Amino acid sequence: MNNILRSVIAGALMVAGTATSFAACGISEGRVSIVGNEFPAIQTVANGALACAGDGVEVKSNLTADHQKINVPGMQGDPAEYTSAIIANSSIVALMNEDVIRPLDDLVAKHGQDIPQNQLITINGKVMAVAFMANAQHLTYRKDVLADLGIEPPKTYEAMLEAAEKIRAEGKAEFPIGGAYKAGWNLAQEFVNMYLGHGGEFYKAGTAEPAINNEQGVAALNVMKSLSGYMNPDFLTHDSNATGAEMEAGNVIMMNMWGSRVGRLQDDEGAPPEIASNIEVGGPLTVGGGSDPATTLWWDGWTVAKNISDADAEATFLAMKNGISPSILNDETMGQAVWMIDGYKPAAVNQGVFASIESGATAYPMLPYHGLMHTALGNELADFMNGKEDAAKTLADVEAAYVAAATEKGFLN
Amino acid sequence: MKHKTFFWFVLPTSLAMLLFIALPIVSVITQSMYAPHKQVIVEVESCGVFGCKKSTMIDQDATRELREAEPLGRFVGADIYTNRNHLASNEIAVAWESSAGLGEFLGDILNLPFYRALAFTLTFTFVVTPLVLVLGFTIAVAVNSIPQMLRGPTIFLSLLPMIINPLIGSLILFWMVDARGIVGALLQTAVGDPNLSMKASTPLTWVMLIVYGVWHSAPFAFVVYYAGLQTVPKDTLESAMIDGASRWEQIRYVIVPHLIPLTTFITLMQLMDNFRVFEPIVSFNASAHATSLSYFIYDDLGGETRLLSSAAATSVLTIAGVAILLTPVLVRTWRDFARR
Repeated sequence: MNNILRSVIAGALMVAGTATSFAACGISEGRVSIVGNEFPAIQTVANGALACAGDGVEVKSNLTADHQKINVPGMQGDPAEYTSAIIANSSIVALMNEDVIRPLDDLVAKHGQDIPQNQLITINGKVMAVAFMANAQHLTYRKDVLADLGIEPPKTYEAMLEAAEKIRAEGKAEFPIGGAYKAGWNLAQEFVNMYLGHGGEFYKAGTAEPAINNEQGVAALNVMKSLSGYMNPDFLTHDSNATGAEMEAGNVIMMNMWGSRVGRLQDDEGAPPEIASNIEVGGPLTVGGGSDPATTLWWDGWTVAKNISDADAEATFLAMKNGISPSILNDETMGQAVWMIDGYKPAAVNQGVFASIESGATAYPMLPYHGLMHTALGNELADFMNGKEDAAKTLADVEAAYVAAATEKGFLN
Repeated sequence: MKHKTFFWFVLPTSLAMLLFIALPIVSVITQSMYAPHKQVIVEVESCGVFGCKKSTMIDQDATRELREAEPLGRFVGADIYTNRNHLASNEIAVAWESSAGLGEFLGDILNLPFYRALAFTLTFTFVVTPLVLVLGFTIAVAVNSIPQMLRGPTIFLSLLPMIINPLIGSLILFWMVDARGIVGALLQTAVGDPNLSMKASTPLTWVMLIVYGVWHSAPFAFVVYYAGLQTVPKDTLESAMIDGASRWEQIRYVIVPHLIPLTTFITLMQLMDNFRVFEPIVSFNASAHATSLSYFIYDDLGGETRLLSSAAATSVLTIAGVAILLTPVLVRTWRDFARR
C-alpha cells in the first residue's frame, strides 16, 4: 500500500511540477498517453516522460497490472487513446498482430540517432520498439540458511531439489522452495522455462503446429512436479507477489524469481532486516544435464501507436525518449532494473539477470501464435500438477486446446 | 387500456430492451459465427537486445486485403461451437467409442474445458440457490421475532455481506482460509492435519466457493423475505393461534404459503446470479480447481491473444443455459398469472 501511495504522491508532484517546466524535452505540442505494466522501473520511465508535460503538451500515464487487457483496444481507435504502450517481448506480439503500432525508423532518424542499435527492436528491417531494460528469472536464495547447512547455492534444479530435502530434514523450513505456479500465465511461464531448459522446441519447424508432447515436455513436467513437493501446498494460487511475500516471511529459502522484483525483497519494507539482508541472487538454473539454462530473457520497451497524428507521434517519441534518458537514474532508481541507459552502474541485485544473459539463455519466443500456446499451457497444466492426469495426457490436452484456438484465429487450417 | 395508449406506454421500455438486450444478443450470435481471417505468416529476422534470430510475423499488407474484402471475418458457421474448447462434438464421439464404461466416458467429458466449467457452474447454482432460500428465510423469521429496538442494527449487520463488493468479500475469505489464516489454521487444528490446505484440494475449493456464494447472497433473500413477513395478514395468524397452531405450524401453514410468490422471485434472481458466478473464482485464484462459464469468457478475452469468436460462442451458450434454467420457473409464474 505504501508503494502505491508513494507513486500516487510522486505522480501528483510530477503533475504539479509541470507548470514550471517549459517544453523541456524539445516538444512544442502534442498529446502523450502511456499505458503499461505497474512495477518500479516502469513507474520511473513513465515519470520521466511525464516531466515533459507543459504548454500545449499533455502527458498522462495509466500503469496497471491489467495493461494487456486494455492496450490493444486502447490503440485500435482512430485517434488512439494511448499513444504509447510499454510492453515486453511477449506482449509486443499482440500489438503487431493487430497492427496498432507504427515503425519508428523516421523518428529514430530524426531524433534518436543517439539510441544504441541493440536497444532498437527491429523486426523485418523496421524498428518497432525501443527497449530500456532487460529482465530474467533466476535463482534467489537465503544465503544464511544455505551457509548454515554447508550447501552451495544450486546451479541446477536437481541440486535445488537435493538442497530442499536437506533444508527440510534439518527442520529449517517445511516448504523451502518457492514457485510462482499460479494456474494461468505464471504456471505456463514456468513450463516454458523448464521446457526450453530441456532443449525443447514448441512448434514443428516453420509452422504453427504444436510439438510439445514429447520426451522433453514430459521431463519438464516431472521436474515441476518434484519441485512442487517442496512448495507450500497452495502453490497453484501463488504468483510471484505471493512467493516474494513467502520469502520475506522467512518461509521460502530458494526460488526462481524475476530480477526486477528482487530489489523489493531486499529493501527495508516487508521483511525483517535479518531476512532481507540475507536474500541473495544467483544465476539461472539448468535442468536435466542441459547446457541452456531453464529461463527466458525478457526486455521491456516502448512503442508508438499507429493511429495518431504525426505531431502526437513525434511528441510521444520525444517524451518516451526523455523517460529513458540518463537523467532518470539516481540512487533510488539505479537498482530497479537492468537498465540499458548510459550511466547505469549494475548493483549486486542485478547480477542474476546479467548471469542469465551471459549464460546464453533464449529470449522468450516472439511468435504471433505463442500467446495462444501460453494460454493453453496455463489452463491445462493444473490438471497434471493436481495429480489428476499423467504428463503425456496433459500435454496432449494442451496441444488440442492450442490447435482449437489457433484454428479459430486463422493460424492453422 | 386503449391500444394506442398501450403502445405509447410500452414504447420507451420496448426501445430500451431492443437496444440493450436484443441487439447485443444478435451481435454476439453473429460474432460467434465469424472467425478471424487466415493469417498470412512470413518468416522474418528480428533483432534486439539479445541479438538476432529467425522469427515469424503476420504479413499485415496481405492480411489487410482479406480484412477489407470481408470485414466481419471468415464465416465458420457452427465450427466454433463444436470445436474442442466448446461443445467438442468430435471429442465426445471419440470418447463414447473408446471408453470402457460410463465412468470413463464422464471422466473424458469433464476433461474438456467447457464441460468442466459447466459442471461447476451448475453445481454452484443448484447448491447455492436452495441454501440461500432456506438461510434467508430463517434469518428473516428470526429477525422478525426479536425486540423492535434491536431490529435496525441486526438488519444492518445481516446485510453487510451483500454490501461488500464481491471481489473484496471473496478476497477476505481467501485470506481467512489460507493455511496461515484464522479459518485455515483452525481447520488444521480441528482435523489434526497440519498440511491441510483448502486451496490445494478441488472438493474443498468447491466447498469454499459455495460457502462464499451462500454468505454473499443470503442477505438478498433475507431482506426480501423480511419485507414479505410484514405483509402476513395478522387476523389469519391470530385465528391460527386460537385454533391452537404451534409456532412451527403457523410458519408451515400460514407464512410459507403467503410467501410463495416471493420465493419464485428470489429463485429466479438467484438462478440468474449464480449461473454467472465469476468474482469468487478470480479472487480465490481457484481456476486450477473450478472454472465457470463466465470465467471461461473472461479467460478468452484476457489472454495475450484475445479469442473474440470463442468468447462470443461461450456467451451464446451461457444465454441458452440461462434460458433453459429459467423456463420452469417462468412457466410456473405464467400459470399462476393465467389462473387469476
